[in-house]
Amino acid sequence: MNLTLHVWRQPAAGAAGKFERYEARDVSPEMSFLEMLDVVNEGLIAAGQAPIAFDHDCREGICGMCGMMISGAAHGPMKMTTTCQLHMRSFKDGDELWLEPWRARAFTVVRDLVVDRSAFDRIIQAGGFVSVNTGSPQDANAIPIGKQEADEAMDAAACIGCGACVAACPNGSASLFTAAKISHLGLLPQGQPERYRRALRMVAQMDLEHFGGCTLFGECQEACPKGISIDFIARMNRDYLRAAATAREERAVGGTG
Amino acid sequence: MELKSRVPSAPVAEMWDRHKFEMKLVNPANKRKYTVIVVGTGLAGASAAASMSELGYQVKAFCFQDSPRRAHSIAAQGGINAAKNYPNDGDSVWRLFYDTVKGGDFRAREANVYRLAQVSVNIIDQCVAQGVPFAREYGGMLANRSFGGAQVSRTFYARGQTGQQLLLGAYQALEKEIARGGVTMFPRTEMLDLIVIDGRARGIVARDLVTGTVSSHLADAVVLGTGGYGNVFFLSTNAKGSNVTAAWRAHKRGAAFANPCFTQIHPTCIPVSGDHQSKLTLMSESLRNDGRVWVPKKAGDTRPPNQIPEAERDYYLERKYPSFGNLSPRDIASRAAKEVCDEGRGVGPGGRGVYLDFADAIKRLGADQIAERYGNLFEMYERITAENPYRVPMRIYPAVHYTMGGLWVDYNLMSTIPGLHVIGEANFSDHGANRLGASALMQGLADGYFVLPLTIGDYLGSNKLEPVTLDHPEVRATEAAVAGRTSTLLSIRGHRTVTSIHRELGKLMWEYCGMARTADGLRHALQEIPKLRDEFWHDVTVPGTGAELNQSLEHAGRVADFLELAELMCVDALHREESCGGHFRVEHQTADGEALRDDERFAYVAAWEYKGEGQAPVLHKEPLEFENVHLATRSYK
Repeated sequence: MNLTLHVWRQPAAGAAGKFERYEARDVSPEMSFLEMLDVVNEGLIAAGQAPIAFDHDCREGICGMCGMMISGAAHGPMKMTTTCQLHMRSFKDGDELWLEPWRARAFTVVRDLVVDRSAFDRIIQAGGFVSVNTGSPQDANAIPIGKQEADEAMDAAACIGCGACVAACPNGSASLFTAAKISHLGLLPQGQPERYRRALRMVAQMDLEHFGGCTLFGECQEACPKGISIDFIARMNRDYLRAAATAREERAVGGTG
Repeated sequence: MELKSRVPSAPVAEMWDRHKFEMKLVNPANKRKYTVIVVGTGLAGASAAASMSELGYQVKAFCFQDSPRRAHSIAAQGGINAAKNYPNDGDSVWRLFYDTVKGGDFRAREANVYRLAQVSVNIIDQCVAQGVPFAREYGGMLANRSFGGAQVSRTFYARGQTGQQLLLGAYQALEKEIARGGVTMFPRTEMLDLIVIDGRARGIVARDLVTGTVSSHLADAVVLGTGGYGNVFFLSTNAKGSNVTAAWRAHKRGAAFANPCFTQIHPTCIPVSGDHQSKLTLMSESLRNDGRVWVPKKAGDTRPPNQIPEAERDYYLERKYPSFGNLSPRDIASRAAKEVCDEGRGVGPGGRGVYLDFADAIKRLGADQIAERYGNLFEMYERITAENPYRVPMRIYPAVHYTMGGLWVDYNLMSTIPGLHVIGEANFSDHGANRLGASALMQGLADGYFVLPLTIGDYLGSNKLEPVTLDHPEVRATEAAVAGRTSTLLSIRGHRTVTSIHRELGKLMWEYCGMARTADGLRHALQEIPKLRDEFWHDVTVPGTGAELNQSLEHAGRVADFLELAELMCVDALHREESCGGHFRVEHQTADGEALRDDERFAYVAAWEYKGEGQAPVLHKEPLEFENVHLATRSYK
């Protein structure tokens, strides 16, 4: 089949960008979406032109590196599917597609379809961990964790950090991403000591990074390739509210030496 | 070059404790005066960087992806082994040690494997403390499953995403240390060379992949956790970016490369669908617990599978290996699939595939039970192939998955370049000629959390390192070499794309250095690879410039190194006149087609020294002694 692509081309951050039109010819329905772009790129290189830059790595839907807007839908038309796992059989001959990078104030375009998602790393740095150093912790079975809590924590921990939730949100909010980590750790006993401090700090960092606020559109949940539920946002808000209401100033009591 | 394994002289069970006591320590106040570079942020790299920072070292960490969380460890599905013996089925450190040495077909170093088994139990404790959501039983205890090559249940897992959850645990520890200021992170930055001064590794030259700026980073020690080199085959289950460049550059600067021909071909991957194919996707080995593998008895039988009657099907694994059947080890199952396809009995487009059929299991257990066990895998299969495995048998074919070979390291995980340490899949040390399932995650985290952070102190504490600066002539020379290479790649402006040459190299390697190798085939490949390399350096085209984000340039640099590594792999495979683990030499098999090891002549690690362009590499042998696990022939009949 043959398709027409309108691809956002932008040589560098801060440079002007525009859509360019390309023809993708003899596309096999067995190809993945990124393999279709590989073929277009081979043609561009052979013609002496700059290939379309896009992020990708594992190509099996788990590393979270790939992602683009395909005719207005984050990761394209198939639910619960990353761009790399989308196959061309989801399209038909003659389709015209618009490919754009994630659009959000907090994600700047690096080149073409590649964006800077380092804000996600900084949100994790603000508290998305358990402060335990490598060493000799107690035996792994010392604290039983109910199957339901463990399963629910895993549901939240399945986030791949691709950024589709932010791109799909009309507010450009990172609430689903942030809530997933706050919930994963907050559901487990190991995450309790820092639970409320974590919620305060990660939410504050999210705001600092210029992500928008959540007004419960629910677009993030629809776009999420891992099916992460917005129930976790409600959970984050509960933790945040409680933390904000009960937070005390952190004091270091020194001088024990 | 001398291979000093530095294995402590003690009974194997006491070695690590004794070594920990005898190693030099760096006092806590002095640790912050040392800088360590870690390249790669997978399980090994991220856990090492975080743990060393916690100890007080200044760490600089590098990855080529946009975030350390993307490293390919994230794609591991099945699980991680540990000798916890929670199920009370007779597991022990000794048994895990034994299984790993035997599973590696007696080509690994006993001392390292024993230590791996010892620290395996600490890994699970550490990961649980970090909040890794392992699968649990209703009573709140950790769940275990069984895996290939073992008769006990010692595999811990987090659904089919164990690698992801373990990596996120290590990544979060790393981000914690970045926030504290102990680690400086350089994402989208690729190591392109190693700086060696006075015979010691003192830094790296790296390219910022966004701006193209090439710069040097200095340190007191360098750690490579840069993964395996399976992408030399072009098609593999590795991520597209996985490459050998860091390890290969270190090899050319003096690090011996050990057992490069030991590659693992995984039997259950989704077959190639056409010439556009860019990578292969693994389907977890656990599927073979309930799926039956078969092909038609008659060559060229193109009937749909449901129209082939039972009597005309060949369940070849059950026929050839009645006691292990569909659960035969990876190397054996892979070779058997190739054999039946070579006979013209393969199924699906192109004839390179075999059926993995769940019809009997569904009849026995019901579709619901099968969905609970494998639902996510069945969905993934359907997404890729548009076939419903509940109704039509899956089609699978072997694919390159893991490389047991890698840079040679001693017991301290240090290469033959003092100060250069190598961890995880990038080193050669623990899996011999074949890796068992769920052992890669174990090794990456063992090296990164529990071994390297201690052994690096021994190096730093026992050597007086002169300060070096960025204007050192050796630093300048290394930078100039990198810049020269980059400008050469950009100036050829020939006719062939990087991908087309990479694909051609992959076909050569798969054909002649893949599942079954012959002396003639390897000699043929050794003639063709230099020709292809020559074509690359004269006719490749790399668009754009070096001063921008240029993915073609990144790929070109990696393929250039694969074109050199490929030759060494064939040299190694040709010299090893025996069959062991993933290395099957057609000339060396038993009357009924099984691998024939030659312990008299080949019970050694083959470590190759680089001697310069156009020079033959020199072989150094580290003899392997098996004092605890007795040499025996593996049999799965």
